[in-house]
Amino acid sequence: MSRQYLFLLLVLIFMASACRKDVEVFINEDTSLDSATVNGFAGFYLLNEGNMGSNKSTLDYFDYTTGKYQRNIYAAINPNVPKELGDVGNDMAIYGSRLYAVINASNKVEVMDARTAKRIGQIEIPNCRYIKFDNGYAYITSYAGPIQINPNYTQKGYVAKIDTATLAEVDRCIVGFQPDGLEITNGKIYVANSGGYMGAGSTDKYERSVSVIDLASFKEEKRIDVAYNLHHIKVDKRGDLWVTSRGDYKQLPSRLYFIDKSQEKVTDTLPIAVSNYYLDGDSLYVYSTEWSYITYSNVITYAIVNTRTREVVSKAFITDGTEKEIEIPYGIMVNPVTKDIYVTDAGNYVSPGMLYCFSKEGKKKWSVRTGDIPAHMVLLPKS
Amino acid sequence: MITFLAFIGTRSYGQKTNRDSTHVDTAGIRMLRGVTISTIGYKEVIPSQKLTGENLKSLNSFSVADAIRYFAGVQVKDYGGIGGLKTVDMRSMGTNHMGVFYDGIQLGNAQNGQIDLGKFSMDNIESIAVYNGQKSDIFQPAKDYGSSGSIYLRSRKPAFDSTKTTNFKGVFKTGSFDLINPSVLWEQKISENVHYSLSTEYIKSSGRYPFRYKRVYHNSGATAWDTTAIRQNGDIEAWRLESGLYGNINRGAWNVKGYFYDSERGIPGAIVNNVWKRSQRQWDRNFFIQGGLQKNIVKGYDVQVNAKYANDYMRYLNPDTTLMYLDNNFHQQEWYASIANKYSVSKKIDINLSTDFQYNTLNSNLDGFVFPKRFTSLVALATAAELGPVKMQGSLLGTFVNEQITRGNTSTTDTSVAAPAKNEVTPAFFISYKPFAKEDFNLRAFYKNIFRMPTFNDLYYTDIGNISLQPEYTHQYNLGFAYRKSRAGSVLSEFQLQSDFYYNQVTNKIVAVPKGSGMYRWMMMNIGDVEIRGVDVVADLAFTFPREILLNIRTAYTYQTARDYTTRKNPELQKITYGGQIPYIPWHSGSVISTVQYKSWRLNYSFIYVGERYQNSANIPENYEQPWYTNDLSASKNFAFKRYRFRIAAELNNVLGQDYEVVVNYPMPKRNYKIILSVEL
Repeated sequence: MSRQYLFLLLVLIFMASACRKDVEVFINEDTSLDSATVNGFAGFYLLNEGNMGSNKSTLDYFDYTTGKYQRNIYAAINPNVPKELGDVGNDMAIYGSRLYAVINASNKVEVMDARTAKRIGQIEIPNCRYIKFDNGYAYITSYAGPIQINPNYTQKGYVAKIDTATLAEVDRCIVGFQPDGLEITNGKIYVANSGGYMGAGSTDKYERSVSVIDLASFKEEKRIDVAYNLHHIKVDKRGDLWVTSRGDYKQLPSRLYFIDKSQEKVTDTLPIAVSNYYLDGDSLYVYSTEWSYITYSNVITYAIVNTRTREVVSKAFITDGTEKEIEIPYGIMVNPVTKDIYVTDAGNYVSPGMLYCFSKEGKKKWSVRTGDIPAHMVLLPKS
Repeated sequence: MITFLAFIGTRSYGQKTNRDSTHVDTAGIRMLRGVTISTIGYKEVIPSQKLTGENLKSLNSFSVADAIRYFAGVQVKDYGGIGGLKTVDMRSMGTNHMGVFYDGIQLGNAQNGQIDLGKFSMDNIESIAVYNGQKSDIFQPAKDYGSSGSIYLRSRKPAFDSTKTTNFKGVFKTGSFDLINPSVLWEQKISENVHYSLSTEYIKSSGRYPFRYKRVYHNSGATAWDTTAIRQNGDIEAWRLESGLYGNINRGAWNVKGYFYDSERGIPGAIVNNVWKRSQRQWDRNFFIQGGLQKNIVKGYDVQVNAKYANDYMRYLNPDTTLMYLDNNFHQQEWYASIANKYSVSKKIDINLSTDFQYNTLNSNLDGFVFPKRFTSLVALATAAELGPVKMQGSLLGTFVNEQITRGNTSTTDTSVAAPAKNEVTPAFFISYKPFAKEDFNLRAFYKNIFRMPTFNDLYYTDIGNISLQPEYTHQYNLGFAYRKSRAGSVLSEFQLQSDFYYNQVTNKIVAVPKGSGMYRWMMMNIGDVEIRGVDVVADLAFTFPREILLNIRTAYTYQTARDYTTRKNPELQKITYGGQIPYIPWHSGSVISTVQYKSWRLNYSFIYVGERYQNSANIPENYEQPWYTNDLSASKNFAFKRYRFRIAAELNNVLGQDYEVVVNYPMPKRNYKIILSVEL
């Protein structure tokens, strides 16, 4: 009797053992979405952030030459990298022949070949946020600057200057608390300071300035007062700057500010909230997600701002009703040739999102499942 | 960043606690030729499982959470190591729906509703019982009616041989993870009717263990990468002191108990690309004192009074300069009193009326935090009837919650309001039927509707809390049977089989949803819907071989579908998650415990299997978690020397050295061992 049971037990263990295999490297999934198009670009990359701690930042690629969407390509192309791309992709850019992905919670910037997404190396930067380039150098914002205890713990942020040839840090410029977006124009780096770690208790602890760094000396030369909790900054064709503030998530709403390049101060405020934007020519495509404590839901708005006239020229660039379905718009890009608009939906942050492609008339052309929190897109020029 | 904050917010705060009332447990403990095995006596109308005595002692478990993995229908979320967080989920309804009772009174945590069972050492625990719905005994405080599932932990109660007035026990454990774990128990017979007990324990461990991640190529199976590292920052140092007085009075009994726990631990954290070590720390200090009195007043009328005060302090420190610096402390207090009255209308019908009052407060240095206070009153009316082969129990629980806040750390411009009062009345009904007079075979069924309150974190945590939250409800339907047979004289001397089929609904589930965009901001909302269908099977077999060889085998198996029916705004995204198995719930899971006893020798083999599951309701390859299973062995020998009784035991865990994760990016230990020496006099 008992032997039978022991035998059964052994069978059970064996069966259970049979269920377990070595874990395989992810293989990318391809989806055909569109016919091949010629528009001056080979395709674009999409960086999925992945929720913090999930290590699910992934890279997707849309190929214009085939109309195919390739999901989760990083591990397939770089199968030997332990723990894949990393945790929380926060920004992405192409400079020269290389693709740079800022992976915030992995404290690094992943450097890949722009054509193949093959890993070249990484730049170690703790709590890195955004990246811009100029004249052979990468400039990366980081929250993790020097610590002061006086008497409370504070930690300023900095901009790291990286030689793109060696991937080594050559200099560092301390800025405000929790610097986010940066822009380089006219021999200067403009950095949007947020103070995002400081303001939970009281709004006046947020930062409210843009740091101006002289490119040549790499020293902060002044601050431009804007508004609490700044996020993105972008230069338009005329060299003027468009800065967004997140507000304090309570009484103060998010806003869009205009900094005049010659006066170096805010000369205009647009009464619209901005979570993220994309500049194409003179058209600034804007969306915003703001929490309403009245309806207990996210209020989502879309708009196009003309950067020349500084007016909201449209309140909707999605015109076919799809905007009603998007849970959390998160990434935005416009193809400068076709004027196709790409918008991502980050959904519930912990499961896959969607990428939508809209025609310039705002009609949905296609949509595709992405990774978790699809966020940052960058066009790959034709070789 | 803020997500991370939210995560720690829910992962750690305070612990509450409890004590032992003098409940007479209706779950019979059957003595099977000297071996105690779990039984479900016919007195139980409600499905339950129990581990007790030697069986529990010989399980290779460090904490209560380790032992609970062997129950059917129970899933433990384990973040790894001795100090890591371990929470329990019964029948996939979520950890907040579990009530954990320590010596008869519920352990509370108004802050996040979770009890970290990893903090409860097995050292002084004598039995663990798990009930679906509620405990069968209607003579209990109103709070005992208030959970979807309950775990009852019972600590050792003094008992003396006729001639003895003092018991002493010393235990020393050591092993992997640089573990040092001594404990001492002293019991004194103060008088014929009053007994005293003191138990204390110290734990220190580095929590270091090697772990390995490996990936292979899709086609060839050749290694793509293979990395071994040491788990760091999983250290723990903890001290526990428990003391109790137990007394008998005319037609009654009373007890008073104090509990103190003080610990510092590292939080090992997620292993992600380029981050293989974390530095977050946590300190806990939990204290409670509780007492109970039970007395038969007149014939047919019994009264039970319980009271408790708990004081819990927790500090969380994030010194990691690559993340937001945090140094937060949370201080919870709980006052609780209960009176239960049982009246026997006839021999066959009992009625119970219980009234409980509870007051909870939470203070913190967290920026923007209001200080909530919650006053809860509970009234439970229950009846039990025994009509020949049919037994029934019905109960109605009224829960009335009022909250207030003080300004706390909010800035003067913030408008802070307390959550509105909540009044809920929820029923439960249980029935069992014994169709054959001569066979110990019972059919049973129950329905229970209950809810969990939003926690203080859900309602008030800075920026994330939502005061308009409603309670999260569960509806449970259960149908099952239990069969037991004793066959004295045959090799298979006793066997027992029980199985339950169930359907549960979780509605109004409280879920964190993205708020605004950008910096990972969240808001708690009542948006989730989950439906769970499952079957639990538990079999106990006892074999008696010649030459005093005893073999016990206990197997548990659970099959569950727990599907996420949360509707979403985006129909395309809904397609990905709707109907998906909810995070970390395996379809198949099971365990085997087998013990061979030969005179003073005991050999234990246990096996746990957790089948494939997903990290998210999107059941796609990226979220797949592969099955894991561990084989554990232990051997022990008892011997006596003069007046001293010794026990020496050795444990080998995860014998096959499997690399596994219960939660993604939280690697678990490979093969590890422990040696236990104990002496009693």
